[in-house]
Amino acid sequence: MPVKPVLYIILLHAFLLPASAQQVRLVTLDELERRFTAGGDTTYVINFWATWCGPCVDELPHFEKFRQTFKDEPVRVLLVSLDARSKLRGQVLPFVKKARLQNEVILLNETDQQQYIDRISPEWSGSLPATLFVNKGKQLRRLQEREFTYDQLVATFRSLK
Amino acid sequence: MKRLLMLSLLALALMALAQETGYQVGQVVTDFTLKNTDQQTVSLAGYPQAKGYIVIFGCNTCPVSRGYENRMVALQDKFAARGYPVIMINPNDPEAQPGESFEDMQQHAQKSKLNFPYLEDPGQVITRRFGALRTPHVFVLQKTPKGNVVAYIGAIDNDPDNGNNSKINYVQNAVTALLAGQQPEVTFTKAVGCGVKSRRS
Repeated sequence: MPVKPVLYIILLHAFLLPASAQQVRLVTLDELERRFTAGGDTTYVINFWATWCGPCVDELPHFEKFRQTFKDEPVRVLLVSLDARSKLRGQVLPFVKKARLQNEVILLNETDQQQYIDRISPEWSGSLPATLFVNKGKQLRRLQEREFTYDQLVATFRSLK
Repeated sequence: MKRLLMLSLLALALMALAQETGYQVGQVVTDFTLKNTDQQTVSLAGYPQAKGYIVIFGCNTCPVSRGYENRMVALQDKFAARGYPVIMINPNDPEAQPGESFEDMQQHAQKSKLNFPYLEDPGQVITRRFGALRTPHVFVLQKTPKGNVVAYIGAIDNDPDNGNNSKINYVQNAVTALLAGQQPEVTFTKAVGCGVKSRRS
């Protein structure tokens, strides 16, 4: 095999990998909670959004930038879509690809809003966007029912202690 | 440790404050006068025959709210004549959310064939008084001798995608109970919706 095509293939894969690696998994709240517990001292920044929510879509780049800025700290951003499960292939995945989201994207695998809104946080009315900060090690759980600017997101994160 | 305690107390106080803004079930509502898309003003007192009201905070741009409009029209069809008219109020600040101006509302009311008043709320005064946080957000009021009392707060039903045949119709159930002289079984629900858009402070 000539060297050149092999090189091309390798290069092609290097470029394609980040995009094709992005998946959107269905995750239940129980699974999320187990992850928070296993995360110990990691702070989870969980942004609840939906493709139909304009302010949420505007806000997503802030979470991408946030991930970059804090990549050396024990912080994990999860973008949890509240789109209907039926929209996963047709809308959520194409959106995630097009927006080239690097944060982990999850589609919440729950249907009963009366249950899951309160389980996420009793403080939450259900309006989007909303962001939950969780650190099990510090027994911290705070919900912010608002749209963040990047600076507000960082300030809120810094104020968690 | 002391600092942590102080912070926890502060957080609790803030939470209590947040919960106290807006009406709770059982509270008496102060009447309002707001402009409808037909330029006429609407107030609760303008419905002398009403036994109560279905006040819905809804808007032009939120897909969840728009997805519920047919069901809002159906509520008006079903309950206005029986004494529970639908009144929709737009809680969004048009400066903060493009597509929510009074002219946009007029166009939207026509296009969506809304069969109930659709009111603007300049300065979001009534929105804050009610404590509306998202669209759609419903407040069912019952007219009583002591005033218009909040009987139900929350979602229209538990089926935003309108595909579940065994859905629970919260508002319909609440109004039906009230019309039968009973209190609603479910008086408060939560739902995923579009956050009310306010100008950034």
